[in-house]
Amino acid sequence: MNDTPVNHRVEVKNTTCYMCACRCGIRVTLRDGEVRYIQGNPEHPLNQGVICAKGASGIMKQYSPARLTHPLRRKAGSERGSGEFEIISWDEAFGILEDRLREIRATDPKKLALFTGRDQMQALTGMFAKQFGTPNYAAHGGFCSVNMAAGMIYTIGGSFWEFGGPDLDRAKLFVMFGTAEDHHSNPMKIALSKFKRNGGRFISINPVRTGYSAIADEWVPIKPGTDGALLLALCHVLIKTGLYDRDFLARYTNAPELVNLNSQSDEFGMFVRTEIPEEEGCFDPQNKLWWDRELDRPISMQTPGSDPRLLGAFKLDDGTPVKPAFALLCERLEQYTPEWASAITNIPTETIVRLAHEMGITARDKRIELPIAWTDVWGNEHDKVCGNPVAFHAMRGLAAHSNGFHTIRTLSILMTLLGTIDRPGGFRHKAPFPRPIPPCPKTPTEAADVQPNSPLNGMPLGWPADPDDLFVDAEGEPIRIDKAFSWEYPLSVHGLMHNVITNAWRGDPYPIDTLFLFMANMAWNSAMNTDVVRQMLNDKDSDGNYKIPFIVVADAFQSETVAFADLVLPDTTYLERYDCMSMLDRPISEFDGPVDSVRIPVVPPTGECKPFQEVLIELGSRLKLPIFVNDDGQRKYRNYPDFVINFETAPGSGIGFLGGWRGSGGQKSLKGEPNPSQWQAYEKNNCVFHYHLPRSYQYMRNWNLGYLQWAQAHGMTRYAEPINIHIYSEVLQKFRLAAQGKSFGKQPPDRLRKRVEKYFDPLPFYYEPLEAQLTDQSRYPLNAITQRPMAMYHSWDSQNAWLRQIHTYNFLYLHPKTAQSQGITDGGWMWVESMHGKVRCMARYSEAVEPGTVWTWNAIGKASGAWNLGKNANESKQGFLLNHLISEELPPHHDGDHLSNSDPVTGQAGWYDVRVRVYPAGAKEPRTTSPRYTALPKLPGSAKRPAWISYMAGLFNKGGAK
Amino acid sequence: MTQLALVIDLNVCVGCHACVTSCKEWNTSGVAGPLFDDNPYDANPTGTFFNRVQTFEIGTFPKTETVHFPKSCLHCEDPPCVPVCPTGASYKRREDGIVLVDYDKCIGCKYCSWACPYGAREIDEQQRVMKKCTLCVDRLYDASLPESERKPSCVLACPTQARIYGDIHDADSAASMAIRERGGYQLMPEWGTQPANHYLPRRKTELHIHADELVRSDNPLKKEDIRKGPSREVNLDDWMF
Amino acid sequence: MHPALSVIFLTTLIGAGQGLFLALFTGESYAAINIIPEQRHQFFAVGGLIVLMLLIAGLVASFFHLGHPERAWRAVTQWRTSWLSREVIILPLVMLLVALWSIAHYLEWNPTLLGMELGSEITLTLGAVTSAAVFLLYIATAMIYASIRFLREWASPLTVINFTLLGAASGFLLATAYATNYAQNLVNFYGGWAMILTLAAWFSRSAALIRNARLKPKSTIQSAIGIRHSQIAQKSMGMMGGSYNTREYFHGASRMVLRLIKWLALVLTFPLPLLLIWFGMSSDNAQLILIALFVQYLGLLFERWLFFAQANHPQNIYYQTVG
Repeated sequence: MNDTPVNHRVEVKNTTCYMCACRCGIRVTLRDGEVRYIQGNPEHPLNQGVICAKGASGIMKQYSPARLTHPLRRKAGSERGSGEFEIISWDEAFGILEDRLREIRATDPKKLALFTGRDQMQALTGMFAKQFGTPNYAAHGGFCSVNMAAGMIYTIGGSFWEFGGPDLDRAKLFVMFGTAEDHHSNPMKIALSKFKRNGGRFISINPVRTGYSAIADEWVPIKPGTDGALLLALCHVLIKTGLYDRDFLARYTNAPELVNLNSQSDEFGMFVRTEIPEEEGCFDPQNKLWWDRELDRPISMQTPGSDPRLLGAFKLDDGTPVKPAFALLCERLEQYTPEWASAITNIPTETIVRLAHEMGITARDKRIELPIAWTDVWGNEHDKVCGNPVAFHAMRGLAAHSNGFHTIRTLSILMTLLGTIDRPGGFRHKAPFPRPIPPCPKTPTEAADVQPNSPLNGMPLGWPADPDDLFVDAEGEPIRIDKAFSWEYPLSVHGLMHNVITNAWRGDPYPIDTLFLFMANMAWNSAMNTDVVRQMLNDKDSDGNYKIPFIVVADAFQSETVAFADLVLPDTTYLERYDCMSMLDRPISEFDGPVDSVRIPVVPPTGECKPFQEVLIELGSRLKLPIFVNDDGQRKYRNYPDFVINFETAPGSGIGFLGGWRGSGGQKSLKGEPNPSQWQAYEKNNCVFHYHLPRSYQYMRNWNLGYLQWAQAHGMTRYAEPINIHIYSEVLQKFRLAAQGKSFGKQPPDRLRKRVEKYFDPLPFYYEPLEAQLTDQSRYPLNAITQRPMAMYHSWDSQNAWLRQIHTYNFLYLHPKTAQSQGITDGGWMWVESMHGKVRCMARYSEAVEPGTVWTWNAIGKASGAWNLGKNANESKQGFLLNHLISEELPPHHDGDHLSNSDPVTGQAGWYDVRVRVYPAGAKEPRTTSPRYTALPKLPGSAKRPAWISYMAGLFNKGGAK
Repeated sequence: MTQLALVIDLNVCVGCHACVTSCKEWNTSGVAGPLFDDNPYDANPTGTFFNRVQTFEIGTFPKTETVHFPKSCLHCEDPPCVPVCPTGASYKRREDGIVLVDYDKCIGCKYCSWACPYGAREIDEQQRVMKKCTLCVDRLYDASLPESERKPSCVLACPTQARIYGDIHDADSAASMAIRERGGYQLMPEWGTQPANHYLPRRKTELHIHADELVRSDNPLKKEDIRKGPSREVNLDDWMF
Repeated sequence: MHPALSVIFLTTLIGAGQGLFLALFTGESYAAINIIPEQRHQFFAVGGLIVLMLLIAGLVASFFHLGHPERAWRAVTQWRTSWLSREVIILPLVMLLVALWSIAHYLEWNPTLLGMELGSEITLTLGAVTSAAVFLLYIATAMIYASIRFLREWASPLTVINFTLLGAASGFLLATAYATNYAQNLVNFYGGWAMILTLAAWFSRSAALIRNARLKPKSTIQSAIGIRHSQIAQKSMGMMGGSYNTREYFHGASRMVLRLIKWLALVLTFPLPLLLIWFGMSSDNAQLILIALFVQYLGLLFERWLFFAQANHPQNIYYQTVG
């Protein structure tokens, strides 16, 4: 072995990982300025010293030849998509952008569409869009997991991942539904392992058994898109058996609140309010009625000493028939028997019943009591915190279906029936959650909210509480390019990035000028209907002009989308820049308190790379967007680090991007005047700020007076009001009433009335995913889904020399019986076809997949030459995308011709709804995937691909030709 | 005598490959490096790795188990790869039982790799010497590292703590206790190589529900019993006297 | 195992060289007791040179197998445990002895010891010692393979017997061909031995093939990963672009190719040379003997390829499926 190198300059620096969106703390060792070792930071609350395959491969990301290193302009006369570029200077790039954007802003700001991928800087990008005045902004949430966010936040005021999660330290039973294994991965792995070693029982409900599911004590294979049916049946059994937490329901949810059932009334389906009128903000005023058990009459909710009825039918004095919300839920659940669910989910009836019993009995009989005194928001003192140790987790498996919103609402209700919300062993919130149902931010509401040379009048994304919050014009038609917050997808709280290109291409609702994409691979794995979307990006009108006139792509790597750009802006890697995981975005809070963190560069930028934040601040300053300039129009912030320290949400608000070490001397937390030494404080403290809440503030936060007052004082929330759980959603009912013409506010266009009325059901219900409803299932009998390999994050890692050795191409996994019935051999070439397209790929038999489902790893397939891979790279020859089979729009049907292939409530992309058939490839067909694309050339300025690498940091290099 | 080893817990390994690449990154710039990669950005990329994670499916649907199986040198107590080496490059350290290769003595004849039933060795096709897991020997005794980090890189990385590192000859070490108490076993015991690395099997937690548990006096449904008005149907009350 | 050309040439070339020496020495010692006619010294001297050349060619081939041939000298150090080390020691020893023996013949060396002319005693003694070393070399070479108990196709006395018999047969055949030019009166003698040895090797090699066909693997996927279940299938070997594990231990040939090579090896090594030698001898046709020699050597290349390809390394259990 070689001797240990001596006399080298060794430095150790802390920063935050960005090989996925998990945001673990990392410690980077440099040798002579080169990255020698990246390890998990043992002092970081999120990953506690561990690291994953991606994080440990950061070196190969930093030195990847796929890096963009110069601003590039598409060569005059070359076609988009052909990848022919010339190097330009940043001055030129900024000049081009400034001129173009100034013109747009002065005429019609919404002609700029700014959409970003998994960027972790929505606080800044969103702010830029708002300041610019365009409503056409969103991140990738709409095609990721908005159903998970919306379904839960509209029900319990919090959700999974950044917003909250399962308390596996104390849980006894853990049930996981379809979860992407690259999300929140290290914390989940740490927790799962501890949970199993502590003797917890882990049940995985998933069509496929990989990753986390592999170590489950029981795997329950389920047909994709049917989780809602299973969850409804579980609720059915829990209620029939009496295995629900009545006290929790009565005290902390709207279960006992009386619903007006006078079908003639405009108030039908709304809660009956007390006489006393109360200002209703974006919180749930405590002005509803219960039916008191002892007095046998209505009583103001939460009247001390009152015990409400949860079931029964009553009449108010004025003759209005009413029922407690819980009674309506029980009536709804009546039809959802285990037998019914079994036929839909392919899970045996007895398994469904047993699962419900396991949950109910564990929750009831393994109850946890912690000696933690707390005060509820109604003033009641409690001497303990109770918990029912059944925890759940779910992600895209539930979310990425067009029935996902209701499925996830059902899951939230199931968790509520078991009494597990923000209690030990159940679901726990992470600050700033819980938030009001729904949270306060609102989008603009009318066309006039978009004005030239003015910031947007409202947030680019928000949380509609009723139809009047929708962002539609006088005809009720969408104003955003993605049609978010319109009657088509009213609660599309993360936007619909997956429809932007199609809508812009079609000019529906209007054509745009500039499409500005950051870190979003919209010409490849982030697009539905990839093949056609690529054509749209390149399509011209009859005058020979591109239908999308100008495309700007900012990215650190040569993604497939870069080839379609007119202007390319090279971003830095995560090791080269300042970043913050801000309280204003999605921080990395823990159950015990808010946490935010930063990145601090450990190596200088490569080539001409510039952090995207600097690009935005430069542009904002040049365009004189109000927050980026002083009153005299002079540039306000030197650079991004300066911006992070000094920006406040409002002058003197004391709230900025980072919560740690605020105040002039760094003595204040979360709220306080800017601290010029804030970055140094983070640097000294492992780049992370962790605020530990007192124990009495750590549970029952929806109703915890101490916590809510603390949160209000520290700017986490506007109200210190209780956040009761919505087992019955009045918000949804308001939209339904509008669709029924019973409201006075905004009403849907007639063509959408039926759709809104159907899907805005205040109670959870099951329907088959929309695409499946519109598919000839005898022709396309199978479900096709993707899974996330733990050693890859989306498409990011095919340029990584180490990670791509683990996944260099992908197979379609299918059950041997499914394959053999079609004559498909193990390892053989085959076709998988949906009604939208077909893909040739290789088959791999698997016993770990439900026979009605086929699946593959997500985003391994690449376009030839993209990511600076050789044109014979396996990714483009054998690797494939399932995206070609999935349409961004539903086939024309009774609700409309161009409706998004999305959840009708939230606009969540229905990735996993696609139905397919499979058959063998012909013997004479080429042994390569189809479709394939012309190989992209190497970009000017990007590094030469070495034929080999022998990496040794700081010593000898490294790679070369053969 | 000390025998350092890894005990790998298949009960918690989720197959994330963290051990694979953290091993690669530590060792390529360490005393065992560099670790060569060939065709890193083209067809059939391949390279020297000391550690791999494999996947197996056990049983048939729906009773399928998916097992992720990390695999590296097992540091056999009776390593068959050592005596066959013609130059003495392959050796087992007396002081801690780690099996190593002295690159300066290795002639690259590959014979040691043939003599390993586990396929734990890989030739570095550029340096043309045999390479293998060193148990990060350049971490274990490095006094410049904090005590808690004097462990193999894979052990530090593993998010599920599925890799327990220690002296399996010390009955009180966490590794020995795990072997003893959680059914640790060796691979291919038929060859008598006495691998020092052990594996811990899958274990299942089950919940057995007794019918009694479903019927309880505190069933909340009882609270909802709503008194019904008089029944209009004919009943015994009308007939009996 | 993946058959490496370097090792195939090494073992077949030195095997034939060693066999040729045995043939030459058999000729010399039979002549010494007057069973066959005596030959000129130069016949043995040139023959020894051929032996030497074959051994050197083998040695050169072996260097192609090494990553660092410049360090090959280090390989002499582990003779206590490593058969490879032993081979590395014995091979030069044999070369030295063969060289001495050849030189003694070339110089027609006749030293006087205690007033006695040693005459042929010296080459006979040297030849006997060399023969012993040659046998040791066969054993050492074969034991490199036979001592790996995991490779059960190899771990058998038959490996040693085969290496010895096949080497000897090809060596005697070479001697026969050599004799057709320089010692016609020994053609039938060497030819006869070549046929006997080829027959014996046919028998022992077939025994090995039959044994291999009946071998039940001792390691199974169950023992490899320690899970007791009758249905286990690998879904991923942890990498997709191949690795040393997939390149070194798998022959990569289809079943058809394997079968074809097996029959080629059998036919070319055994019956065809036997027939050719027989006809060559009976028709005094040197050409046929020469053809027999090349046919058998070709057969031996196939045979050695098969020898490696048939060895099923237990590590292969871990490398069944890319996924």
